[in-house]
Amino acid sequence: MSRRPAPLALLIVSTLIATACGSGQGSSAPSTAGGGASTPGGSAATGSAEASSSAAASGKPVSGTLQVGAKYGCKPIPCKPEGEGAADEIATTRYDVFAKNHPDVTIEFTESDFNAQQFLTAVAAGNPPDVIRMDRAIIGTYVAQGALDPLDTCISDFGIDMSQYREPAVAAVTMDGKVYGIPEFYDSRIILINDSVVTDAGLKPEDIDTSNWDKLSEVNQKLLKKDGNKVTRIGFDPKLPEFLPLWAKANGASIISDDGKTSQLEDPKVAEALDYAASLIKAHGSAAAFLDFRGNGPGGKDFFGPNNQFKEDTLGAMPMEQWYLNVLASNTPDEKIDFQPFKDKTGNPISFSGGSTWAIPSSAKNKDAACAFMKEITLPDTWFAAAKVRADKRAADKAPFTGVYTGNKLADEKIFGELVNEQTAGNYLPGVQLVQQTADVAFSLPPNGAAEQFQSIWQDAVNRVLNEGVSAQDALTQADEEAQSAIDSAQ
Amino acid sequence: MTAATANASSRRRWRISEQTRWAFIFLLPWIIGFVIFTAGPMLATLFLSFTKYNVIRPPTLIGTENYEHLLTDRRIPLALGNTAFYALIHVPGVILISLLLAMMLLRVGRLSGFFRTVFYLPSITPSVATGALFLLLLAGNGLINRALGFVGIDGPNWLTDPDWVKPGIVMMSLWTLGSTVVIYFAALKNVPLELYEAARIDGANGWQSFRNITLPFISGAIFFTVIVNTIAALQVFDAVFAMFFGSRSGPVQNSALFYTIYLFQKAFRDLDFGYASAMAWILFLIILVITLIQVRVSRRFVFYAGDEK
Repeated sequence: MSRRPAPLALLIVSTLIATACGSGQGSSAPSTAGGGASTPGGSAATGSAEASSSAAASGKPVSGTLQVGAKYGCKPIPCKPEGEGAADEIATTRYDVFAKNHPDVTIEFTESDFNAQQFLTAVAAGNPPDVIRMDRAIIGTYVAQGALDPLDTCISDFGIDMSQYREPAVAAVTMDGKVYGIPEFYDSRIILINDSVVTDAGLKPEDIDTSNWDKLSEVNQKLLKKDGNKVTRIGFDPKLPEFLPLWAKANGASIISDDGKTSQLEDPKVAEALDYAASLIKAHGSAAAFLDFRGNGPGGKDFFGPNNQFKEDTLGAMPMEQWYLNVLASNTPDEKIDFQPFKDKTGNPISFSGGSTWAIPSSAKNKDAACAFMKEITLPDTWFAAAKVRADKRAADKAPFTGVYTGNKLADEKIFGELVNEQTAGNYLPGVQLVQQTADVAFSLPPNGAAEQFQSIWQDAVNRVLNEGVSAQDALTQADEEAQSAIDSAQ
Repeated sequence: MTAATANASSRRRWRISEQTRWAFIFLLPWIIGFVIFTAGPMLATLFLSFTKYNVIRPPTLIGTENYEHLLTDRRIPLALGNTAFYALIHVPGVILISLLLAMMLLRVGRLSGFFRTVFYLPSITPSVATGALFLLLLAGNGLINRALGFVGIDGPNWLTDPDWVKPGIVMMSLWTLGSTVVIYFAALKNVPLELYEAARIDGANGWQSFRNITLPFISGAIFFTVIVNTIAALQVFDAVFAMFFGSRSGPVQNSALFYTIYLFQKAFRDLDFGYASAMAWILFLIILVITLIQVRVSRRFVFYAGDEK
């Protein structure tokens, strides 16, 4: 048996699986990178002078070809990506800064975001990208399988200051004390409130308070509207199943231990949180009716467009990642939206953080260039250069600029200190400021070796509670057994 | 046997083997493709099914552990049940509706070409596009529920109610029955018209003609389509994956978790290619057994031209 996994082996497995999958056109489950949602299609821009100067001190000299596992949208760079699959200006500006400061490095882009099938095929063929961009939530799976390199040498050789990155983001890419990724974007959650709906119900934005569950249930009842069995307006959307970790944290529990090795799904406090959050959905009638309305009803089906649920007044309030501010600012800049923090039951603001990370595959060929790339595109000045391009573009479009939410604290200070103000953010400034505050109190789930499986298991439990009438405790107890088995197996 | 007879026999054998040789030459591209892309991988996955394999590291032999795990994995009966439910409704549905459409095609004269094209068009639509289309049609306020509303029926939540997800998927699958319609249409055209005339003279009614003439003559086509559609139903994947598993989470994933989707998840989400290989082999065996049963049962019902029965 060869020591290296043979490419033929993957071809073989894939073929049989494809055979079993009928026509074999299965599209892979998409990997969503973290925040930083933006309007695609911006012009590529060269980095600012500031970015260039700061990037010069990137550690040791690098050269050769660097394969980047991300999309750009045109070549050779710098160029103007257009159409489907084009990277946005936040990405291309930073890539261009690196290219400009490292003329000895030839950069090639894979032209797709992280995709498990593509990545595994490339690893098996011995030709993975030198640096990949993936969701922090799934990095544990690939670390446990030995697909990614720890970055100790990279960090020390290139003098990467890890203290500049937000702690929850670094924690999400640290396993057994070793860092495996350089954080990129940083999501955090706040509550977005439709002012007209709340006013219509005789309420104030402050009434949307997740620390008082009884009161929130009453508010939900006042905000929601039904017509027989049909939902015509969602009151408070608890965002299940995705936000279970946030509800559990609000109830003083965590769904997994800090070291990522023990599932805590059977904790009665988690079940209590799930029961409560599910009750907010069931108050609308059936979970099926609620979920259909959320996805396909007026507003819901145009979640990313101008006829979203805030415009259509089909939603009272919901917790949401901060990148949705950008969506709303771009599509419905004049809509009156209020903001509140998500609070735990003791009244303290909390938030759940996610986002993307850069990492180096174990079999990458140009790890030095990969390390220099990760460092430079996440430096404060590089981020600022990209944010400036976005801000200028928004100003030219006469649209609000709500900032770029990075995993780098220093970058955020610079961006939000210099580029975001009442004039540029308009109605959205209070939301932007709240996001900045809650980002500091956000938590992230620790990585674990069965990351995607673990996520699938607890989301499955939530769905069983919503759709199949299973009690929260029963569903989570079963999920806990499965999750622990998956985590143990991955270790 | 004389020497002359033996020589003649030998020449005949040579002639036959020469034909066979040419046949093999023409078949060679397919044979090479079959060995490399089908038979070889199948045998290799048989080996991998006894290993722990994540693609990144070399496979490790673990005996029958993967097969034992199949017996205790609660999602296996769920996925098999969903798949069986789908197949049991989809296959008879396809057969009956296709036969009905094919018989109607026979009666539309010159327009049959147009309608054949219309019926076949959905079959060449990419499955993922079909899935996306039916997400719109099956939405609570989608076209299907609006149509039901016209006749006073309050349509269900096809996409979010676990009880209605699979019927919705079956409905979508029936949209792409063009291939079966075309096969039945060709088979129906081959039924000798004089038999119908004779039956009519003998006083047979429509049903009797259909039962005793049409069905026996197209039984071969029906048998073929039953087998092909059964195999396809047991392997349903792409459109359902696009509809319910394209994003990280969906509200009704358990109801739509078909066997091949779970197999895909085990391989590419959980990086458990050994277990996925074992699942693939079990599916292969299930399909093999069902097909053998169908072949066995078909001997009683299928009539081929030239048969004695």
